[in-house]
Amino acid sequence: METAIFYIAALVAALATLRVVTHVNASHALIYLVVSLLAVAVIFFLLGAPFAAALEVVVYAGAIVVLFLFVVMMLNLGRTSVDRERGWLRPGMWIGPAVLAAVLLVSFVFVFWGTDAKTSGEMVGPRAVGIALFGPYIIAVELAGFLLLAALVGAWHLGRRYLEERRGADDFPEEEGANAEEAAPEASAEGNA
Amino acid sequence: MPVAVPIEHVLALAGLLFLLGLIGVLVRRNVMFLLMSLEVMMNAAGLAFVAAGARWGAPDGQIMFMFILALAAAEVAVALGIVVQLARRFESLDVDNADEMYG
Repeated sequence: METAIFYIAALVAALATLRVVTHVNASHALIYLVVSLLAVAVIFFLLGAPFAAALEVVVYAGAIVVLFLFVVMMLNLGRTSVDRERGWLRPGMWIGPAVLAAVLLVSFVFVFWGTDAKTSGEMVGPRAVGIALFGPYIIAVELAGFLLLAALVGAWHLGRRYLEERRGADDFPEEEGANAEEAAPEASAEGNA
Repeated sequence: MPVAVPIEHVLALAGLLFLLGLIGVLVRRNVMFLLMSLEVMMNAAGLAFVAAGARWGAPDGQIMFMFILALAAAEVAVALGIVVQLARRFESLDVDNADEMYG
């Protein structure tokens, strides 16, 4: 029964990922990406990795995809981008990469097929993961901290000019409006004179 | 309720997802879809790690998955900043525009 759930989740993940890659609308592709990630989270849970499943839902589907959605909304990709995307995605473009990738997949599966190895079927809970993470892997944790700090600084630096220009653009009409109000009484005064 | 599934099925699924992402990176021109395909590829690599960890009932696979997660989060934060700059500068998300950037 649970084995059937694994294959159903695998099918859902594969089909949803196919739609992510082939969809022309960015928002819809992101929804399919969420479905794919949730299916992979189900697979993680069935493989006995509940902590990885929770992280998949919280960080991938909850944080990263939402970040994508924010950018899609901010860039305001509408009907024109869908039409342009449709023009970019001609069917002929798919053939070469798809055939080459299929050859790679066949050779990849051929290498390890028939090993008769099964997953252990036992749960590896958050406690074991945490003990290993802050024991033998503590250096890697600190390196991941460095990486996240560098990404934070880089993202701030890349987004700062955009935000400042946005703020400047918003301030500009207000200043103009203020100048116009100041100029208007003078003009009316001159008119009276 | 963990189950014992053949490891080659999980690895074949990981390979399939990875290759779908690879095809997406090769075919798409919209930089948003390129980044989504990259996410799919990293997720597939994480699935392979978790499957390998589940093979021996060890936590190491999940730990490598967490590092992939941190890498994906860092990559997305920087890449989306670049996407915003690209969209503002070229008024388009076509990644081919970026070959005009010098220096």
